[in-house]
Amino acid sequence: MTLLHALVLLPALGALGAAVHRTEAYRTGWLLVIAALHLVLTGLAWTGAPPPTLGGWIALDAIGLIVLTVVSVLFAAVAVYAVGYLRRENPRGGRAFVSCLLAFLSAASLVALSHHFALLWIGLEATTLAVAPLIFHRHDRRSLEAVWKYLMLSSVGIALALLGTFLLAASQSVSGDAVRPLVLEDLMAGAPQLHPAWLKAACVFLLVGYGTKMGLVPLHAWKPDTYAVAPGLVAGLMAGVLTMIAFLGLTRITQVMIAAGLGGFVTPLLLTFGLASLAVGAAFIIGQSDLKRMLAYSSVEHMGLLTLGLGLGGGSAYGALLHAVNNGLAKGLLFLTAGNVVLAAGGVAGDQRGLLRRAPASAILLLAGLLAVAGSPPFGTFLSEFTIVRGAFGAGHPWIGAAALLCLAVAFVGMARLIVPMVYGTSAEPGGREARGGENAWLVAGPVALALGVLLLGLFVPPALQRQLAAAAAVLGGRAP
Amino acid sequence: MSGPAELVLLLVVLASFLVLGTARLSTGVRAVAFQGVLLGLVPLLLFPTWSWHRAALAAGTMAIKGVIVPRFLLWAIREAAVRREMEPRLGYVPSLLLGTVVLAVAFALAGRWPVPEGGGTLLVPVAVATVVHGLLVLTASRKAVTQVVGYIMMENGIYLFGLTQAERVPFLVELGVLLDVFVGVFIMGIVVFHINREFDSIKASRLVEGAE
Repeated sequence: MTLLHALVLLPALGALGAAVHRTEAYRTGWLLVIAALHLVLTGLAWTGAPPPTLGGWIALDAIGLIVLTVVSVLFAAVAVYAVGYLRRENPRGGRAFVSCLLAFLSAASLVALSHHFALLWIGLEATTLAVAPLIFHRHDRRSLEAVWKYLMLSSVGIALALLGTFLLAASQSVSGDAVRPLVLEDLMAGAPQLHPAWLKAACVFLLVGYGTKMGLVPLHAWKPDTYAVAPGLVAGLMAGVLTMIAFLGLTRITQVMIAAGLGGFVTPLLLTFGLASLAVGAAFIIGQSDLKRMLAYSSVEHMGLLTLGLGLGGGSAYGALLHAVNNGLAKGLLFLTAGNVVLAAGGVAGDQRGLLRRAPASAILLLAGLLAVAGSPPFGTFLSEFTIVRGAFGAGHPWIGAAALLCLAVAFVGMARLIVPMVYGTSAEPGGREARGGENAWLVAGPVALALGVLLLGLFVPPALQRQLAAAAAVLGGRAP
Repeated sequence: MSGPAELVLLLVVLASFLVLGTARLSTGVRAVAFQGVLLGLVPLLLFPTWSWHRAALAAGTMAIKGVIVPRFLLWAIREAAVRREMEPRLGYVPSLLLGTVVLAVAFALAGRWPVPEGGGTLLVPVAVATVVHGLLVLTASRKAVTQVVGYIMMENGIYLFGLTQAERVPFLVELGVLLDVFVGVFIMGIVVFHINREFDSIKASRLVEGAE
């Protein structure tokens, strides 16, 4: 068994193991162990490139390694948080909860490692299903509505992505028998021989299918409802991990299109989706009264930014990959903290003001998260957003650059108007609820680690990461700025 | 491409129109079941030589799409006491007209696409039309059950397109069975939670009742 197999199998076996354990403490301990081991395996993957296995279906390239690392790091933070969360809010026993979390990790790792479009699709389909019971954790009417809406839209997206995968296979049918069907390396090597009509159709369907999973406008309708209802750690996993692996699906097809010399077909599509998501996300941030709903629109906005960067290519593609890392960490930080805010307010319907007094650590984390997600200077998001926007100006698209800057500014003001009063304001109902707002180390450690991560990436991008980012950007028609 | 395969593909289109035009929910489900049985016949008729793989694909498709899923759906309608009408947002006549336009466009476009090996000229346009007909039913429906019917139709269209690659890429069409997992989850949802109408957007005014 190689390292690559272990990265997928370990959490899959962990999911089965968690279903067997009867005691809550065992299950959460088990979750921590698996998350830590997964992190160690991911670290090992950085030390040397493991050889491809399963006939080239499973392999690790630069983009895959970056995505895998974000998945693993964010999951570790979520696992620590889950220990504290399940003690506080656990309506039906966390048995299925921990199993679904680990199954999700397994499927997400599979997506990061797959170099075969059908395998990639299977992984994304599995993540969609694994997340559904997690969203439904509270078992109330609103969760049911949210999970139905999420499943309906995602399943249509997934079905269209399957059609896109079939079309991609059809584009290879003229290439002869020597190629391995749907294997990324063979698609890239034989890209000029692919049939352009089928390839273009495949690109459109994969873009729409995986775009639905990312929540790009106009396919984002499920996002606000789902994020608002899902527990904070689940929303964090969705905004940080699920969107990231869907973005990986988008980069894979973009990669093939560029290799096939059809970059001119895919670029306008990516730019349109990107700008629309950026604008709609920013516009809807204004006036939101619910923290997690607002963060959902922020996620739409940042997915737009990633897609825009991918479409612009050049330095922006490098920036988009760096931003995918930063955004993953920042969204994890914010949604975990938002979970604390809900716990401190005594439920989703509670009064969330006066946080500084009731949950001081979470209040400070929320302010840090606001600065991080808005791209303020000491944080990594500033660097990556700056790189994307500078790339737009450099590539001769000053209007796109200016529009992106305007959207980012609008979003910052909109978020600050909700978060600042939430932190400093005074609660309408003094006393009483105070006792329910107790924070503990489990609930704070994860977000603190993520905040430090996104802060460190703003001060210093490690050379190893820089090399991987540059290598990843190179296949997307980009370069290190 | 042989005559019988073309006939079966035309019947597939007819089944879609039956769903678009009927007012009775059970007729819609039966039409989809009929479509499922037809889909099982297509691989056998398209490639007349015998192979175990194709026989298994045909048998599996007929069993799942033709019998199991539709029965499960009819059971859910009884169990959840869903009203017996389709109740689409779009009227039946406009639906049929739109369906016809879709079919015409699919055939017009199909001339521009390369014909896949062994697929014949009808397979691709019928597949595309079935996907769009399914999406039409899905988006026009106000009820959870009809949404599922639309989803199954869409899935059927995707399966038909997958058949063009079935001979070249092993186990690609079979991936479609993973979509049936969603169908199963939807039907269970309808039964367990008595989901009847499609949900509207969750309104901020209703945030309060969320904390049950």
